[in-house]
Amino acid sequence: MAVRKNQADLTATEKRNFVDAVLELKRTGRYDEFISTHNAFIIGDTDDGERTGHRSPSFLPWHRRFLLQFEQALQSITPSVMLPYWDWTADRTPRSSLWADDFLGGDGRSGDGRVNSGPFAFGNGNWPMNIRVDGRTFLRRSLGTGVRELPTRAEVDRVLAMTVYDAAPWNSSSDGFRNNIEGWRGPNLHNRVHVWVGGQMTTGASPNDPVFWLHHCFIDKLWAEWQRMHPKSGYLPTGNTPDVVDLHDTMKPWNDVTPADLLDHTKFYDYA
Amino acid sequence: MSHPTRRQVLHGSAAALAGAALAAPVAFADTATARPADGHRRLAGHGHSGGHEMPEPFDEMYQGRHIEGWPADEGGSENGGHGDHHAGPASPHEGMDFVVRIDNDDLHVMRNADGTWISLVNHYETFTTPRALARAAVRELQGADLVPVVTG
Repeated sequence: MAVRKNQADLTATEKRNFVDAVLELKRTGRYDEFISTHNAFIIGDTDDGERTGHRSPSFLPWHRRFLLQFEQALQSITPSVMLPYWDWTADRTPRSSLWADDFLGGDGRSGDGRVNSGPFAFGNGNWPMNIRVDGRTFLRRSLGTGVRELPTRAEVDRVLAMTVYDAAPWNSSSDGFRNNIEGWRGPNLHNRVHVWVGGQMTTGASPNDPVFWLHHCFIDKLWAEWQRMHPKSGYLPTGNTPDVVDLHDTMKPWNDVTPADLLDHTKFYDYA
Repeated sequence: MSHPTRRQVLHGSAAALAGAALAAPVAFADTATARPADGHRRLAGHGHSGGHEMPEPFDEMYQGRHIEGWPADEGGSENGGHGDHHAGPASPHEGMDFVVRIDNDDLHVMRNADGTWISLVNHYETFTTPRALARAAVRELQGADLVPVVTG
């Protein structure tokens, strides 16, 4: 079984293979297709209209499928590569090995936020911002500036304790596990991490920063933890909900996969 | 730019709408901060107004940038017409309730069910008004220009 590991536990070779595969997807243009897809759903998903990738029950299965597709693209370069996850409750400072030069590179410099170290630094020429919301063409970060603290394990546990998956009106105003992990309600988990990283991660084009995948991999792991804690709580809603992906509805943009198909991650990978 | 007529027309109608709102019994008590409406009222709301009062137009210089915003037309008669210098695959105002511009470039914004707002530049944090959102975008942009939305 393919295993997704904590990024803190990766070997030097695993880090290099991951980074090299990401850079190769970028070079061939395939990486930017993922950014475009994400940006399109960020713009298209609305609280009172059709919503699939965000602010809706399918936030979790949609990103699970999106990450699987990205992981498969990485494996087309190097078959052994798996997505790592970033447990931001544990590795919660800019001094984490996550931000070292042999992996994702460091914080942005003061002034313009430009990342100047690591494989994705502008100076290397390997990481242009082709899909962007403003004129700046360099990767930016501002770790811990937009919000001081990453979520704590206690805050994660509060959200994992919620027994109901999601609730009407199935959007950013909902109660339940999904909206609390997404962050529009409650202690704010997923959304807050985007803001903490800063730079492109705060925008609709957030996959411009490779940490996007490690962040969402941890969100995906937390969904798996929640399922184990609440085996009797299933995905909701289960049918006839306008604008919302029900349990057995297919999801755009793939149109051949439903939330029901994605509930069991062990069909695809396990978590270490 | 020698063809700003569309924006001026829109802005004029937005001002007229604001005047009507001010004359209505439920007018904004504080014109500087259009309050998000009581969340429960969304249950009675319909259409894309969502039951919330539309914030007022604004037009100001903020940290050297010209920021402005106004309610988008309800009827969609201006469909695809705004910002013709932004011809592209995605109309930047599609499905939008409120138009926000920074130095005449469109900033995609969206209203949440609770009446708060987000923009494409700050997509994971909420703001109480489009003006606050525009100011946050100016701080984030650090002088950079917005570019037309690309959605593939």
